[in-house]
Amino acid sequence: MSLYAIQTEIMAMEKKRRLYSMAGIVLIAAVLISGYGLANDLNSGGFLTGMQQFFDYPSEIVKEAWAAGFSFFLVMGRFVPALVETLNIAGAASIVGGTLAVVLAFLGSANLGVKPPVVVTIVRRIMDIMRAFPELIIALFLIFILGSSPVPAMIAVAIHTAGALGKLFSEVNENADADPVEGLASCGATWLQRMRYGVLPQVLPNYLSYFMLRFEINVRASAILGFVGAGGIGMELRRTIGWGKGAGDETAALFMLLILSIFVIDQLSSFIRRRLVTGRDPE
Amino acid sequence: MASSTLAIQPPAPISGSLAVFSRLRRSSLMIMAGTGLMVLYLLYTFISFDLWHLISRSQPQRAVLLATDAVAHKVHITKNIRGAGRLSIAVEGERTATYETPPGWVTVSDDLTRVDLAQGYRVDIYDTHVIFQIPDIGPVHVRITDAGIKTTLPKGVDPPDWLRATSAKFDARPTLGRRVQVSKARIEVHRYFMGWENFFFPFRSELTAYSPGQLFALAFSDQRIDPDMPNWRLMFTTFWKNPGWQHKQVFVALLETFLMAILGTLTAALVGLPLAVLAAANFTPAQALRFVVRRVFDFLRGIDMLIWSLIFIRAFGLGPLTGALAIAFTDTGSLGKLFSEALEGVNNKQMEGVHATGANRLQFYRFGVIPQIIPVFVSQTLYYLEANVRSATIIGALGAGGIGLMLVEAMNTQRHWENVFYLILLTISLVMVMDTVSAKVRSRLIHGRSGT
Repeated sequence: MSLYAIQTEIMAMEKKRRLYSMAGIVLIAAVLISGYGLANDLNSGGFLTGMQQFFDYPSEIVKEAWAAGFSFFLVMGRFVPALVETLNIAGAASIVGGTLAVVLAFLGSANLGVKPPVVVTIVRRIMDIMRAFPELIIALFLIFILGSSPVPAMIAVAIHTAGALGKLFSEVNENADADPVEGLASCGATWLQRMRYGVLPQVLPNYLSYFMLRFEINVRASAILGFVGAGGIGMELRRTIGWGKGAGDETAALFMLLILSIFVIDQLSSFIRRRLVTGRDPE
Repeated sequence: MASSTLAIQPPAPISGSLAVFSRLRRSSLMIMAGTGLMVLYLLYTFISFDLWHLISRSQPQRAVLLATDAVAHKVHITKNIRGAGRLSIAVEGERTATYETPPGWVTVSDDLTRVDLAQGYRVDIYDTHVIFQIPDIGPVHVRITDAGIKTTLPKGVDPPDWLRATSAKFDARPTLGRRVQVSKARIEVHRYFMGWENFFFPFRSELTAYSPGQLFALAFSDQRIDPDMPNWRLMFTTFWKNPGWQHKQVFVALLETFLMAILGTLTAALVGLPLAVLAAANFTPAQALRFVVRRVFDFLRGIDMLIWSLIFIRAFGLGPLTGALAIAFTDTGSLGKLFSEALEGVNNKQMEGVHATGANRLQFYRFGVIPQIIPVFVSQTLYYLEANVRSATIIGALGAGGIGLMLVEAMNTQRHWENVFYLILLTISLVMVMDTVSAKVRSRLIHGRSGT
């Protein structure tokens, strides 16, 4: 092939690629413009009026919180049990879901010699379904049967966690080094022993890192589910917001607690994750 | 002397393996301790959640009720004792779905109403006297007297556990699909049928009477049912405006939820990218600016979608715009942070090469930077889009509208479980379709790239 032919071919490919990019950009722009137009029409309050009112609510609750003075901190203290409940929902859901995820991940990894191989496919589909089910639906359904309580939210979040972490964990498993497993197999180790001594030590740091990230997400999810009747800080928020004017200091206190705890968990989890990733190398 | 000390020293390989064993033992110990702590913590949470009390208080029959009502519908035969003693036969007891002429399994004569509940179950209603024929048990007589409800079982039959008979009320449900209730005010018989009632056309519509094949033929027929419009349009409008199922409203709600997710995610990605450039150390030398932009990301992320939604719902009211903005605000922080990390990992050589050709600033980004981060950009945006379809249903439930709010409202009314079930199916389908499409696009993108 002559140089010229190569050049024209490359130019043609480049042209095609740019055409695709342009088409993509035009499509995204069209979606955005028409979408916002449609959304604005469907919304009960328009964009412009909304923008003017945007700071009304935050400033209202800040003002009320300011007026409360020092007692604002007492209000915050009063809501600590609600915060603990939300954190407990997230914590229990992370542990239950995470444990389930480990089991699912080992059964759903293609490289670990799970027999028969069809188990891998089935477990993967199960994880897909667990992930796809919106937490809200499971929570609402269980609240209907069990009554208003933190447990429905815990179960809902745990199911989603099992699916989401299971997928990530199985990806970690599939990247694990096969040599230790083969070595153990040659010593006559059973499947469980091979997993425990050959795979688990390799994947555990990554598991923990994903687990921390998930815990943070679950705290947010538990707070939201509280709003539909699962208890904790979300439930308190619905109560104070439902009261409208007058409960601004309480709302502000709840916002403050939620933001603070998310900030602390965010920092803590990124610190631990950094430690896990860097701490592994020296060994 | 020296040789004897040497002899008692263990050979080197064993000492090495001992170290391995002790490390292994330590790590097993740590895993055990970790597991123990987790179990303790779970115990504590279960106690604080009051799990045992909760289980004892739970109402599993509600799940059965929901499951039956979700896939079946019932026809009520109601006789009011007070007033004129009128008899009505209606689907789900709704006035708009009352039978003008009784269906074949109900025969009405002057003094007797006979309801055939199939498989040997039969209810005969005389004035204030009900005879419930139950196979294997025989006739159960229920009389409404001034003293209360009097129930007489056949001789030698113990009252089964599905039958409750007090002087105030008689309630028998021998199977899930048959129920007879008698109180001083009314006699009510329920018969269940599988399937959703009037899913396509309302009860009153003349279209309800046709079979699917007839409807298909009718759609293209020139003989108009309604002279004002062709038959296919009549069918569509009747379906679209079906009051029981609200297909139009459901469709709009789904569209709203979808709009929230797609607009919110796209906005977050497109706003997040330029901000990410300002937060990346290798593009923005000014440390103060970087610091500020990073704190903006932390702020947007830290406020949390719940709080953003509540603020936006207050300002913008119900609707997709509210949800889209709440998602956009939160995810500008998350995506911005991710993009800035991706930008800090780009390869300098390509940028230097573009720079060396004398490219201007725009060309520098267009050819030197964007091609390198586009895979991260697109795949992360798609990941967030998937997650945001779920988030949009939840934000909707908080009060932003869409399918989430519709679902919460349908559940709160605690009626029409078939509608709830239908909405759940639609929501899950929406989420699954989005997941599948996005997974396809992502894998296409990755394979397409590695292939060329």
